[in-house]
Amino acid sequence: MAATLPPPRLLPSGDSAVTVEFSRTIDDDANQRVLALDKALAASSIDGITETVPTYRSLLVHYDPDKIGFDALGEKILPIATRPLPPVTKARRWRIPVAYGGEHGIDLEDVAKTLGTTPDDIVARHSGGDYKVAMIGFTPGWSYLSGLDKFLHMSRRQSPRVLTPAGTISIGGVQAGIQCLAAPSGWHLLGRTPVRTYQLHRNPTFLTEPGDRVTFYAIDHKTFEDMDRAAEAGEIVAEQVDA
Amino acid sequence: MSRLVVASIGPASSVQDGGRHGAQRYGLTVSGAMDRLSLAAANTLVGNEPFAAAIEIGPFGASFTARDGAVRVAISGAPRNADVAGSPVAMDTSVTLKDGETLTLGFARGGAFTYLAIEGAIKGEKVFGSLAVNARAGLGSPYPRPLQAGDEFDVDAASGAPELRIQLPKPATGPIRVLLGPQDDEFDEANKALFLNSEWKISATSDRMGYRLEGPAIKHLHGHNIVSDGTVNGSIQVPGNGAPIALMMDRGTSGGYPKIATVITADIGRLAQTSAGTAFRFKAVSMAEAQDEARKFAQAIRSLPDRLRASDIVALNIEALSDANVAGYAVSAVDAGTWQVTAEP
Repeated sequence: MAATLPPPRLLPSGDSAVTVEFSRTIDDDANQRVLALDKALAASSIDGITETVPTYRSLLVHYDPDKIGFDALGEKILPIATRPLPPVTKARRWRIPVAYGGEHGIDLEDVAKTLGTTPDDIVARHSGGDYKVAMIGFTPGWSYLSGLDKFLHMSRRQSPRVLTPAGTISIGGVQAGIQCLAAPSGWHLLGRTPVRTYQLHRNPTFLTEPGDRVTFYAIDHKTFEDMDRAAEAGEIVAEQVDA
Repeated sequence: MSRLVVASIGPASSVQDGGRHGAQRYGLTVSGAMDRLSLAAANTLVGNEPFAAAIEIGPFGASFTARDGAVRVAISGAPRNADVAGSPVAMDTSVTLKDGETLTLGFARGGAFTYLAIEGAIKGEKVFGSLAVNARAGLGSPYPRPLQAGDEFDVDAASGAPELRIQLPKPATGPIRVLLGPQDDEFDEANKALFLNSEWKISATSDRMGYRLEGPAIKHLHGHNIVSDGTVNGSIQVPGNGAPIALMMDRGTSGGYPKIATVITADIGRLAQTSAGTAFRFKAVSMAEAQDEARKFAQAIRSLPDRLRASDIVALNIEALSDANVAGYAVSAVDAGTWQVTAEP
């Protein structure tokens, strides 16, 4: 039998949720364990779990204290959370079109200048990346991606913008992101995608899932307009390929 | 079908219910009523499911007019003066508005949110099982935004059922109870003590996303940035300026500030109903106590139907008092709680 993995910390988040923490930092191994536990709990029949929320380094497990107490739930979660990781299964992969620079990516030039290279190099490095959806949070569909080229790691803006457009493709710290709705952001805006990761009357309402793989490709601004209209009408406009 | 028309309404008023569950993993927050017990009480009075969609009315006044038939409603939550055509309506009672009659509600006299439930409940298109307004995500039905004068609801015609009042359990008083964590280890003992032993006030800039707390600055051990992780209703996060924010129903589903403590389920509604500027304290409790209180809270909601009483005794008393022109009547009418107690059979 394979050795078990070190146990996560079980941190109470009030009386009806527990944070199962695998790491305090952004760590791909921890994120894999988060996603594996998320899947395993979904497949388990632990009575009382109502909802799970995967993040970079922890899984937030909401539960009903009327059905199960904190200690009893912890005793059920720990053996599952310390199981060796299952072999990596095929993940969905999304190819996401991006109109880089200009009005759609107002920070592209500055990012290039700060990093001592050209905008084209930034686009090549960003669209050349192989990303994983580590978590979705903050606002509907906001997909946080791991796998950003180390060259592109840079601290966030000193002063966050109060409003950034829907579909913004941005980078912040060691992360890349796909933002669905207009929202405040302190990240650097490289471009925009016509893809809606969240769209109310579309099936599916949410396009991306934690664990999905993502790659980007550049489109010109005219193509953006065309795809944006199609997306508004409910088309997915992202290409799905098997990884 | 009757209609209920919003004749006037203040800001921070919207359709809310038990909330939208199951999509926090996609960044979609739960929303839902700030004070679940009061929502459930109002719904129970008119025979609805406890967490059916109702109107959450912010601290300012509001008025509602029945059209195309009678409409039966009930109010619970933050106390306010209420009347129909000059006849006072008590908090925690149902009342039937005849076609053309208007229910007028004054400012909240303490607390913030009052719930107006409508017999048969508000109808609309549910998303993730809920009609609750989440303006940022464009969700909520029939109006995906705060309510405005002129909005109207298609509602069931009043059943003609006898009016009821509800004898609510005595509300807890004293400090708002919290469980420390999940990131209390990001603070030293002195700062945890400062958080637990200080007097706090809710800032006027608070809203359904979060209640900003005014008091001493709480210092972090290792700085204010942590890697984002999940939030819950009642998470108390401490951003860089040291001023804690209690996250409420429209919170972001994840956050990157250390969370020193979490308000217990049974006290979230009490915190929600704490008026801006009112001083209060926190008190740390054990997990066993918090979960025991959560179970009691769930039981209190389940048992609401057992707390219904005929309201005609109340009505008779008011009439008697009014007819006798008792000096105390005016005072009693302002404080719904006072004369409800005297009306207890």
